[in-house]
Amino acid sequence: MDDGVRVENRPVKLACRGVWKLFGADADGFLARYGHAPDNAAIAAAGLIGAVRDANIEVRQGEIFIIMGLSGSGKSTLVRCLSRLIESTAGEILFEGRDLLKAGEAEMIEIRRRKMGMVFQHFALLPHMTVLGNVAFPLEVQGVDRSRREARAREVIELVGLQGREGYYPRELSGGQQQRVGIARSLAVEPELWFLDEPFSALDPLIRREMQDEFLRLQQMLRKTIVFITHDFDEAIRLADRIAIMKDGRIIQIGSPEELVTAPATEYVAEFTRDIPRAKVLSAASVMLPPGGDYAGQVSADAKIAAIAAQVEAADRPFAVVGPDGAVVGRIDRETVIAVLVGRDPAGRAAP
Amino acid sequence: MNTAAPALLRDGRAIWALALGASILFAWATRDLVPWAHEYPRDWIWPIRFEITDFMKWLINDASFGLFSFTDLTRSIAWLLDWPLGLATGLLSTGLMQGQGSDAVQITPPLSWLAVIGAVVAMGHYARDWKLAALVGGCFLYLAMFGQWNSAMITLSSIVVAVPIGVAGGLLLGIVAYRSPWFERAIKPVLDLMQTVPVFAYLVPILFMFGFGPVAAMAATIIYAMPPMVRVTMLALRSVADEIVDFGRMVGCTRRQLTWKVLVPASMPLLMVGVNQVIMLSLNMVIIASMIGAGGLGFDVLAALRRLDIGGGLEAGIAIVVLAVALDRLSQAFATRPPPVHEDPARGWIARHPWLVVALGWIVVTGLAGLVMPGIQAYPKALQVTTGTFWASLVEAINVNFYDALEAVKTAMLLGVLIPFKRFLIGLPWAVVVGLLAVAGWRLGGWRLSLLAGGLALLVVITGQWEKAMITVYLCGISVLIATAIGVPVGIAAAERERLGGVVRAVIDTLQTLPSFVYLMPVVMLFRVGDFSAMIAVVVYALAPAVRYTAHGIRQIDPQLIEAGIAAGCTRRQMLWKIKLPLALPEIMLGINQTIMLALSMLVITALVGTRDLGQEVYIALTKADTGRGIVAGLSVAFIAIIADRLIAAGSMRMRHRLGLAAEGATA
Ligand SMILES: Nc1ncnc2c1ncn2[C@@H]1O[C@H](COP(=O)(O)OP(=O)(O)OP(=O)(O)O)[C@@H](O)[C@H]1O
Ligand SMILES: [Mg+2]
Repeated sequence: MDDGVRVENRPVKLACRGVWKLFGADADGFLARYGHAPDNAAIAAAGLIGAVRDANIEVRQGEIFIIMGLSGSGKSTLVRCLSRLIESTAGEILFEGRDLLKAGEAEMIEIRRRKMGMVFQHFALLPHMTVLGNVAFPLEVQGVDRSRREARAREVIELVGLQGREGYYPRELSGGQQQRVGIARSLAVEPELWFLDEPFSALDPLIRREMQDEFLRLQQMLRKTIVFITHDFDEAIRLADRIAIMKDGRIIQIGSPEELVTAPATEYVAEFTRDIPRAKVLSAASVMLPPGGDYAGQVSADAKIAAIAAQVEAADRPFAVVGPDGAVVGRIDRETVIAVLVGRDPAGRAAP
Repeated sequence: MNTAAPALLRDGRAIWALALGASILFAWATRDLVPWAHEYPRDWIWPIRFEITDFMKWLINDASFGLFSFTDLTRSIAWLLDWPLGLATGLLSTGLMQGQGSDAVQITPPLSWLAVIGAVVAMGHYARDWKLAALVGGCFLYLAMFGQWNSAMITLSSIVVAVPIGVAGGLLLGIVAYRSPWFERAIKPVLDLMQTVPVFAYLVPILFMFGFGPVAAMAATIIYAMPPMVRVTMLALRSVADEIVDFGRMVGCTRRQLTWKVLVPASMPLLMVGVNQVIMLSLNMVIIASMIGAGGLGFDVLAALRRLDIGGGLEAGIAIVVLAVALDRLSQAFATRPPPVHEDPARGWIARHPWLVVALGWIVVTGLAGLVMPGIQAYPKALQVTTGTFWASLVEAINVNFYDALEAVKTAMLLGVLIPFKRFLIGLPWAVVVGLLAVAGWRLGGWRLSLLAGGLALLVVITGQWEKAMITVYLCGISVLIATAIGVPVGIAAAERERLGGVVRAVIDTLQTLPSFVYLMPVVMLFRVGDFSAMIAVVVYALAPAVRYTAHGIRQIDPQLIEAGIAAGCTRRQMLWKIKLPLALPEIMLGINQTIMLALSMLVITALVGTRDLGQEVYIALTKADTGRGIVAGLSVAFIAIIADRLIAAGSMRMRHRLGLAAEGATA
């Protein structure tokens, strides 16, 4: 149903406004005294830990929203606030328009049972249950009868490619397989909002790539609204629709991978994006020159440079860059593509 | 004084010298001036013990909670314990009965000896392998062959009932404590106290409430065995990974589902360690509780002790050892059983539970066969072997040949060490001792510890227990000194030599599984009754932690420090004295602390071999069912334990800080 509708135009699924999480004694009183805007020095002086400071995000239906930051920057804490695993010190969390913080215990249980799923960094599988038992567990908690929940569990197990392993215990599986179980388990209840907290960080690089592909494949089919945490910028740009970059508890920039690369808000963000292969991030539209002259062919405005590089480089004339409506919006030539590939600033970069 | 004092106060050694000097001066100079500070006047004693007794009497005779009286409550508890116990005894020992008392008729015979042995062999194989199956099977066969079967089954039936109740109760309390910090704060000190109050002291009020008999023994056993399960449960639930707890909450578990579907199963391996402890403590207590009416092996030992029938007592004692070893190995194997692996779902229930099926089949077959062949139902008398006469003649031989030597050792120790030390301690003015304890508390842990140590000691004084307490301290002190003198070198040797270490560990592990009662028999056999015998029993019983902690302390020294020592050209002796021992000292102190705790608990039991200390006081209270007397004396022992424990723990902590070692357990 979301197909074709641009992310910006879809409804907001999950939003948070002015969320703070301070660890330490009397965090509430402290925050109130400082008018909900204490600076870092004041927090440190009070002996508190400012794990999340004034976070504002909006996650739209069907998008992959990535929260990215170094270890200790507060990513997990933010997500735990969003899912209300911990109570935030201040702020508002809106899920489908209603304030989660006002939900009572029973209501919260109901929301988590039906609408949320979560995947954990270290898999969090129950050691005493088989793969089938683990995947069926969320349904068991809801009181679904055995045959129905096992049938559903087999479906998702097949979805993640683990058929034949239903009777295995988590210990008998490799890390990648265990995380597949974790993913299948979180999908068993068909959640609308899917949290993944560094799901692939504990895996070695080859498996990690494989799992990322698997994840994209699943998302192609399922179109969940996803909040995904990672500390790996490569992973973020591979998967994200939009990325929020966190540092010391603050979100310092939110944008698409391309926006972060082309217009970093701070030196810190620029530092992150420095070593990124730009050809994979930048689209034709962000480096094109004004239209003019004759063209060797056409490329789409949102095509990544990496995808069109060979084509453009081989031709002796520039290519026309065409927008979604088919109109020519600019041109892209061999020099520009090479500049992007070698990591130089392309001369005629247009503002995104 | 005005400028010198603060500096002096900061120097630890000066304080000790000052305090000791002042005490000696005080003790010497004030004998006649303030006699009350030397000997606590009789009419100043707080008669709390009579108040407690009166309170208990009121509880039993008059107390009522509106709808029902206190006696109704104890009766219903008794009933709740009685019927499962009856069932278990019926199954294992007497056969299921119908009717009451002497009119009862047997409906079915008990499980035959072959059935029980078959069942434990199956359990042994299921839990680990054929070796364990052979060990436990052998142990039970021993019980049958040596004529201890019936007593052992009575003991076993108490355990079979007490353990599930103790485990369930401990689990529930532990879960509540895990969930509610408030409850945890309330229960922690109670658990601490319960683990330091000597076992006999439990028996007195229970005897008073439930009367003499197996049910009272059962209640005491459960209460005694539960605290470690509570602790283990709290620990186990806390050790479940945060992610797993988060997962449980994220799938929308209710609190109950989170507890029973996530936390408890996920922490099962650790919980099983608790179950093992409950089993071993239950065995220990079931044996001791023979004093308030538990039958079985404990009763046999007790009866033999009273008759001074060494042969019979040793026989029953060895049977206890055998039973303890079997239960310990079996429950440990269950606790460390390898986690399950996937199995072929196509196979049926029978194929997946071969051992259960075989064991059940075996029980049915032997049961039926037993109906026609009595030799299968009960182990044939003709094939029984008794070792009683052998032991009796062995002891006699020892006495004939070594009597003089043993007696000489005993007399020399008594005259040379025990009696002078006892005199010295009893001669100390109580005011001086209380003062010194307070100073020690202040030096080691600040004013709180000072108040605790001084206050508890003062309580012992004003309840009129001082002299008996000093006898306890004297016996405990000597025993701990000897245990340390043996245990620390053994621990060092075990840490430095791999092979020896293995042997020592095996011996220590076995010593620790034995119920304390068992230690009395051989000692009495060799040395008869008295302080010396008590001391030997206490030393042997309390040796284990001194060895274990020393070995651990030496092994955990950072190898870099050892290498640094070698590089600096230390000789072996220098290595030991200058590097290893100082670094292991905090750990060794904790071991000694444990040794003191064990020594105190054993000391109370040695009342049976005729000591004159607080333990004897509790024992007398037990025989007279005098609750107040028992509780006051029991608490005094607990106070001594707490004072020693807190002072040593504080000292060990300070030492760790000084050595720059991480404070163990400070993060817990
Ligand atoms: N329960 C807690 N009590 C106190 N401080 C906490 C607690 N949980 C997290 N913190 C602190 O909050 C900060 C943010 O932690 P958080 O776990 O959110 O980081 P993260 O970005 O997820 O890091 P990582 O990549 O290592 O998972 C850290 O400084 C951490 O020490
Ligand atoms: Mg994290």
